Amino acid sequence: MTDTEARPTYKYVGTRPIRHDGLDKVTGKARFAADLNMTGQLRAAITRSPHAHARIVSIDTSAAEAMPGVKAVVTGADFPEIDIADPIHDEAVNNIARDEVLYNGHAVAAVAATTLAQARAAAVAVKVEYEELPAILSIDEAIADGAPLANPTTRTLFTGDTEPSNFASIGQFERGDVEAGFAAADVIVEREFTTVPVHQGYIEPHACVADCGQDGKASIWASSQGHFAVRSKTAAILGWSTDRIKVTPAEIGGGFGGKTTIYLEPIAVRLSQKAGRPVKLAMTREEVLRATGPAPASKISLKIGATNEGELTTLAGTMYYSNGSTKGFSALTGAMSVASYKFPNLELHAIGTVDNTPKSVAYRAPSAPQAAFAVETLVDEIAEQLGMDPIELRLRNAVVEGDPTAMGMPHPKIGFIETLEAIKSSDHYNSPVPEGAGRGFATGFWFNIGEQSSATVNLNEDGTATVITGSPDIGGSRASMALMAAEELGLDVHRITPIVADTESVGFTDITEGSRATFATGMAVVNACRELIEKMRERAAVIRGVDVDQVAWIGGAAVVEGPASEGSEPLTIADITAQAKMTGGPLTATASLNAAGAGPSFAAHLADVLVDEETGQVTILRYTTAQDAGTAIHPAYVEGQMQGGSAQGIGWALNEEYIFNASGEMENASFLDYRMPVASDLPMIETIIVEVPNPSHPYGVRGVGETGIVPPIPTLANAIAAATGVRMTDLPMSPPNVLKKINEK
Amino acid sequence: MINRTHVHCTVNGDEVDFLADDATSLLDALRDELGLTGAKEGCATGDCGACSILVDGAVNCACLMFAAEAEGHEITTVEGIADGDHLHPLQQVFLEEAALQCGICTPGVLVSAKALLDHNPNPTETEIRYALAGNLCRCTGYDKIIHAVQEAAVQLNGASK
Repeated sequence: MTDTEARPTYKYVGTRPIRHDGLDKVTGKARFAADLNMTGQLRAAITRSPHAHARIVSIDTSAAEAMPGVKAVVTGADFPEIDIADPIHDEAVNNIARDEVLYNGHAVAAVAATTLAQARAAAVAVKVEYEELPAILSIDEAIADGAPLANPTTRTLFTGDTEPSNFASIGQFERGDVEAGFAAADVIVEREFTTVPVHQGYIEPHACVADCGQDGKASIWASSQGHFAVRSKTAAILGWSTDRIKVTPAEIGGGFGGKTTIYLEPIAVRLSQKAGRPVKLAMTREEVLRATGPAPASKISLKIGATNEGELTTLAGTMYYSNGSTKGFSALTGAMSVASYKFPNLELHAIGTVDNTPKSVAYRAPSAPQAAFAVETLVDEIAEQLGMDPIELRLRNAVVEGDPTAMGMPHPKIGFIETLEAIKSSDHYNSPVPEGAGRGFATGFWFNIGEQSSATVNLNEDGTATVITGSPDIGGSRASMALMAAEELGLDVHRITPIVADTESVGFTDITEGSRATFATGMAVVNACRELIEKMRERAAVIRGVDVDQVAWIGGAAVVEGPASEGSEPLTIADITAQAKMTGGPLTATASLNAAGAGPSFAAHLADVLVDEETGQVTILRYTTAQDAGTAIHPAYVEGQMQGGSAQGIGWALNEEYIFNASGEMENASFLDYRMPVASDLPMIETIIVEVPNPSHPYGVRGVGETGIVPPIPTLANAIAAATGVRMTDLPMSPPNVLKKINEK
Repeated sequence: MINRTHVHCTVNGDEVDFLADDATSLLDALRDELGLTGAKEGCATGDCGACSILVDGAVNCACLMFAAEAEGHEITTVEGIADGDHLHPLQQVFLEEAALQCGICTPGVLVSAKALLDHNPNPTETEIRYALAGNLCRCTGYDKIIHAVQEAAVQLNGASK
């Protein structure tokens, strides 16, 4: 179902063609990074820290180097020292430890050998002498008075402090008068919420192949959300200039934010350089869970005040977010995401902490789900206390264009009201709650971003086209690029081949993140197509012997208008490309931009759940999501983003958690024990695409990747409250945790 | 000295011979010895199903089998599902229904879904969900996958009538 406001009629945009990269993916031909093999290729393995925090006293690689098949061994000493003020410092240290290991699983050394078994055996034989240091494993431990330092290189962001600290960042947002706001409030609710680290859970482990030549140049095949970032980060960590590295994007087996950083490429390049042979380096699932990107743990104390009439007047609180082993601004992002309701009075303190768990990394609308858990639970309680419909309460307070976010920046044109109205009129909302079940409702918001993109569009001799971008396709963006190009050129979408090119074959493009690919890279594609149309008008003018002003572009063809039009047939793209040699040469256009005007996206979710009061098991009977896409370029993949984000949020809400033992070792580092939703855990996820076009994009695109993960946690918490009367404030809402709360009732 | 075992089996209809170390999994043999990289390693512990293959028609995780265990058996991977240049209805419907996003789990899901429909041509939604419960997908929320399997079942039943 699509809920669409009046918009132009499109021929291709909004249709559901088969994606261009689909065939290779259903036949097993698609080449993901670990599927690549090169002649003479070595396999590599990494030695990882068994301690959460320790000083590296010495590393002895001699035994490993003497083992069968071993061709190269590297340690932190094989990489240049990087100043702690350098922006690449933290990622460099995270790739391979130098003086201290900062979490259990931190890379210390790596081995390349003829076979993977040999590399793994040698990685175990690297002798590392450690001096154990006190480990910080939680937000509470990090902020305790007199706490030992988790990472001596951390300086607190936004404060100017030059001393090491367990505070990663400290910031705050204020408006109005919070004290007066609470004094005047008729209803006040206040709670503390905690969440634990969760993983993005992409099914493809990190992998790359690197081939360094004797000329000192390296080629890398990478699984990444941004191969230009792989190039720049790898170059910075190696101390190389960018032109020495070429990165080719392999197909990427899921990222969700977790492949916006790098872990392997500098190590693989150095091993390849030392061995003089190509090196494949891939993580095991255990390594993925122990050493890559959790979304941060959080602890949020929040208080909201409202009037009896249902005006949300005041919000105040403190948000702690862990950043794992290095500094970061996850807490600030969390506070920034509080942007859905007008709240004339607001005071939010955002405090990031550092500890000895893996360095956190972006996960789909990073930091927003934790904040929404707190805000949307308390708003639900206010609706309950006032006896108001939860959607009505939100409609009364929902932000519209011009209202401020927590940061104070005014919202551009947004579709929050339309999204709320769409779910209010859904079949689900207007159906009775099933016997014994509870119904929960919550909303979510994400900013979306623009950033830099490049695109080249080549017209081929027969009038087909190739669309070349630098945005790795993590959810169907090639199909979106082709659809927008088809609409512009008036060319069938399957006469267009969209590809993602390597770093030497297309202009610089930022990472696929922030729901930006279809928005920003799509704009570059549209601009390149528009330039091509101008060129084709000029060529048509030459062919017809008329002035270019007399040539219009109508329905995918050049049409001569005015007095000269008589007897002049329209010239199709194929007609024009067939004569390209005679009219000025090949037809190609390139566009690049730093996209402004990203359109925020709001979502509203509705769930009916059954809670087994004997086991604490939560079963979702029905789930519906409405989300403002701006314009859905390929609605099937927009729905896919909404459904996938919902499922990840459901997993986060109900089951997923890192379990660390007292010494900081992750005890559930496998897909058996880190429990992501499987098909039998979920119901169908009904989708309502709302389309309030973003005026800053030629087709109104907002970007849809991220917002869908924001509402599920509070949606399910509110549903559990409706079913049981118990307010869940700590994640995950797994059977033992739910049962404990029910028994405390 | 590493022992290598001679293995003879049928893979996607072709008789093949290869040598495998004692510790080599069937998944690694398929990918590294036979060049069939359709089956993926997502976990190597039998939890994600990305390496699902058929052994004599039954779903197995290739990562949990030693290569030598393939001796004498008929192995089918995602590369063997299509009939020449005709896609299997599951493959075609997955394309049409947008039942894949990143595509890393797709080979294993297709293999498991084929095994289900081979044995149960009219599965309920619940039966499909349990048949695919060993195949993790992190992109789709499973919704479009379940719909696609339902649609493929309808098409296969129509074709067999």
